[in-house]
This record gives sequence, structure tokens and C-alpha cells, in this order.
Amino acid sequence: MALFTLENISVAYNKQNILQDFNLEIEEGKFVSLLGPSGCGKTTTLRLIAGFLESNNGKFLYKGKDYTKVPVNKRNFGFVFQNYALFPHLTIFDNVAFGLRLRKASKSEIEKRVASVLEIVNLRGFEKRYPKELSGGQRQRVAIARALVIEPDLLLFDEPLSNLDANLRENMRIEIRRIQQELGITTVYVSHDQEECFAISDQVAIMNKGIIEQLSDPATIYNYPKTKFVADFIGFKNFIDFEDQTIHENEIELTKSGYTFIVQKNKENSDTDKKVGAIRPDNLVIRPIQGPVTSTKNALPGKVKIRTYLGRSYQYIVETPIGDFTVNQEMLVPYQVGEEIILEFPANNMVLVK
Amino acid sequence: MKQKNRGLAVFTFLVFVFLLGPLLIISVTSFEGGSVLKFPIETFSFKWYENIFKVNMFLTSFKTSIIVSLAGNLLALILGIPAAYALSRFDFKGKSVLNAVFISPILIPGIVLGFTFLRYIVTTYHLPIYTGLFIGHTIIMLPFVIRVISSSLSTFDFSIEEAAHSLGASKIGTFFQVVLPNIKSGIIAAVMIAFLESFNNVDISVFMTGPGVSTFPIQMLTYVETYFDPTIAAISVMLMIITAFFMFIVERLMGLSYFTKR
Repeated sequence: MALFTLENISVAYNKQNILQDFNLEIEEGKFVSLLGPSGCGKTTTLRLIAGFLESNNGKFLYKGKDYTKVPVNKRNFGFVFQNYALFPHLTIFDNVAFGLRLRKASKSEIEKRVASVLEIVNLRGFEKRYPKELSGGQRQRVAIARALVIEPDLLLFDEPLSNLDANLRENMRIEIRRIQQELGITTVYVSHDQEECFAISDQVAIMNKGIIEQLSDPATIYNYPKTKFVADFIGFKNFIDFEDQTIHENEIELTKSGYTFIVQKNKENSDTDKKVGAIRPDNLVIRPIQGPVTSTKNALPGKVKIRTYLGRSYQYIVETPIGDFTVNQEMLVPYQVGEEIILEFPANNMVLVK
Repeated sequence: MKQKNRGLAVFTFLVFVFLLGPLLIISVTSFEGGSVLKFPIETFSFKWYENIFKVNMFLTSFKTSIIVSLAGNLLALILGIPAAYALSRFDFKGKSVLNAVFISPILIPGIVLGFTFLRYIVTTYHLPIYTGLFIGHTIIMLPFVIRVISSSLSTFDFSIEEAAHSLGASKIGTFFQVVLPNIKSGIIAAVMIAFLESFNNVDISVFMTGPGVSTFPIQMLTYVETYFDPTIAAISVMLMIITAFFMFIVERLMGLSYFTKR
């Protein structure tokens, strides 16, 4: 059963709809990320869950109770900010103890719980310092400790790692995942960093223009994007809008301008409304034109238009009768610009999206 | 490498002489032993400093000034802190107009402000002298309080308010537990600057004072009309020291940059 549900939520700002009839269900104990380009409504969704924002209509249910009108300070959700938002006038101990004092915990209990939560985030011994004396990574760990110590019903992260440098970011995301698993706390995490979201989440929701395009586990999203937007967002750079589609027993046959393509059938692509083929640059194959012709299917004649060197491989822009394609290919002797080639689309690497 | 420019150095020196010379002369004359203000002095004595504390009207007007400044300061803070907070925190229609209104007492000549206030408020509503002084001084302090506190709020990160909220603090609780402690130095600086502004004020006070009630600077004016002894120089030196001390504290608290900002 879902721990909390957003039902037909709409949020408008300056008469512009940011969320429209938005729905989301999150199960207890899960780590769910909201991922998308800036302006997609992911932060709005998070702030709505936290209670910083009110929806124009719709419902927010937590454990079946209506939380829509419950103010922030009565929700008992932990929020971790992008810029840490520590209290500069308080020591680390007092920062962490802030929520406990408001809950009228006894002095001995405060000391015990602050100590144990600082243990979890590896910051014992920093109690008497002030936030400005700490590094960015340490500050963010204080912020996490401050949110955890109140034993929140829900933990919310708003791009918590985007102010840290790359190395630290990787360590911190492992740390966040470890803490979340240790405490089994339901978490909603907002980021625009795809790798970060995929690395730490049980489920990822890809958002675009105020709606969720796909909500699945990271591997499913990576291998079987449902829509063109999701495919594009996770690196399927090449798309073919097919004109015709025939579903056979084990494969799907598609045509475009007289060229025929075969895609292997699986449970993700048998919908008849998926008519756009998507393939990653890494999965396309360029082969020389004079080689033996294996099949006329899944292949296009083409010409190398642009070649750039990526280090591990070369990237080619190939011009074909049905449009340009981007190909990454490792090769000691590269193809030349202007060279006539054959471009192959391996049947098991093309996915069909809406 | 720094370039040297003799002409500019001389000019700068002259500016300093122009600014500080009178202060220096006043300081020297305050130690005159005779009974007439003169420069340079002929004999040296501290007796005019002692005289300040002997003249009764200086003591009573000093007390009046302190009371009016402190009370007005308190009211200016009560009005000014929420105003500065609202102007920094929220975006709303007419914000720039409101900003201009709050700054206007600095821009409008004190004489105009004082006269208008006397003519249309004090005499119309028959306000007692103390009440008039109190309100008048609150008005001249308010823009300074708002400006200094706004400047201190401009570096305040309002997301820590949200953090306090999410941890369970109410809106009012957040203001007192998180916002106020973080603008503490701004508030102290505002109090001091406003205090100086009010304590040294002549143009508004001159309209508000009346029989039996006078502020310190007004009393000084009255005194020089009748007497020409160095007491007035001694008082000036004391006021300079007090002002310098306050400005030193303000400078330590938040720098003097807000005088040039906005």
C-alpha cells in the first residue's frame, strides 16, 4: 500500500501551470527520485510534499489521512536543502538539537539522540563548532543529521549534492543511500543529475513539463524508456518515426521511406501505439560499403558528415536518406569524412517508444 | 607599483584640514582657562568641563534627550524591524513606493518636516510636548533603522526560515529563534546610528520643544545665545567622543558600507 499519495494536484504560479492533475504514489521505505530538466516541476513537487507550497486543488494523502492543509511545522517531515540552510548562529549540537527542543525533549534525551545521529553521519567531535567552520560536505551531513534526529515520517532532499565537487558528491550519495537503508526511511530525492538518481534510487520518476513521463526502477528506465522524452533524456540520441508497423510472433516489422526494420518483441514494446524507434549512439554500427551484404533489413546507406574524437571512441554524424544519426564507434583506423558507408541498426538494441 | 602624485597628496591633505580643522580648534579652545572662547588658548584648565555638570539646564535637557532618544528608538525598532523584514523578504506591488516613503524623512529637509509636524499634528491634536518630541524623533529614526536592518537582512538566507519551519517551529517562533539572532549586529548598529541621529537632532526638536522641556542640542543653542564661555566647546568635545565611540562599535559590527550602499 502506498505510504502517501498526491491526487490530481495542480499548482500554478503567476497564472502559469507548473503541475496539472499531477499524480504520484510512493510506497513505505522506498527511495524515490524525481529527475528532469530544470522547470519540469520536480522541486515544486517536493516543496508541495514538504508543505512549503499549497496546491490550487487536488489532495495530498499521508497514510490515508488528508494532509493537504496541514502546515509545514505539523508534518514531521525532514527536509535537506541544496544550500544546507544551517542556522549560522548555533553550534552543530544546537543545530541538530533544534527540532528536539521544539518537541520538548528532555535534556538527557536530546544529548543521547544528537550523539547517536552525529554518529550515523560520522560527525562526532564537531558538536561545539559553528557551521562556517565546516566544509561543504560536513555541512550537508549536519543538515542530514538535523533532519534525521526528529525521526521524520518522510525524508526530502532538494538537490543536496549540487553544491559539492564531483568526488565528494559520489561519496555523499553512497552515504545518503547507506543512511536511508539503515533507517529504512521513505525518501523523496530531487536532482537533475541522472547518474546520481540512478545510483541511489529504488525508483526514478522522470518528469517533464509538470507530468511524470515514467516511474520505474532505474534499470527499466535505462533499458526500456516508454516515451521519446525519457529516451532522449537518458541518452537515446537517435530517433526514427516509423510509418508502418506489423507485429509478428517474435518480432515487430517497421518501415520508413521504403526501408524495413526488425525489432525483437518483448513485453515492453508490444503496444501498437509505440511507433518511434530509439537507439543509443553506442549501439549503432558503421560498416564499410564494400563488405558482403548480410541483409537489406536494419541497414541504411550513408555518408560520414562530421567526425569528432571522444578519446575512447570516435563520434560520427552520418547522413542517410531518412535523416542524420549520431554514432559512437571504437576503431583504430577511423572512417573519413565524406566516406560512403552502411549504417546498421542491431535488432535487439532498438527500443520502441511513444 | 603605486604611483605618487604630489598635487593629489596636497589636495587630500587640505581636504582633511578643512574637515578636521574646526574640530581640532574646538577641542583646543575647550581647555581655555579664561572665561571667553578664544584660539589659541592662553591658560590651560579643565574647569569648563566641570561647568557642564554644574549648569542645571544641561543636566535636565540631557536627561530629556536620553529619554526621548531611547523611547523613540524602541518604537522605531518595533515599527522598523517588521517593515525591513517585509521589504527584504517579500515581493509585492508598490514595494519601491513604500521603500521611498520609508526613506523620505532623510530626504525632506528637517525644517519642513518639523514645521509640518508642529502645524498639522501637534497643534491640531494638542499633543503634550513630550509626546510630540517622542513621535517626531521616532519619525527621524525610522528610516535609519529600516535601512540598516534591511542591509543586514540582504545577506540573510531565508531558506533557514524554511528549515526551522520543517523542524517544527511556528512562523512567529521562527522569527524570534532564527531571524532575530542572525540580524542581531544589524539591530545594534541600527540602534546606535538612530540614537546619534536623534540625540544630535536640532531641526525637528526646535519645533517640538517648549516651555520647560528642551533637548540637549537645543539647550546648547540657547546657551550660546547668552554666554560666550568655553563650556560649549567642552560639550562639543564630549559629544564628539560619544559619537566616535558609537561609530567605532557600528564599524566593528557591520562596517560602514551601508552608508554608501543604496
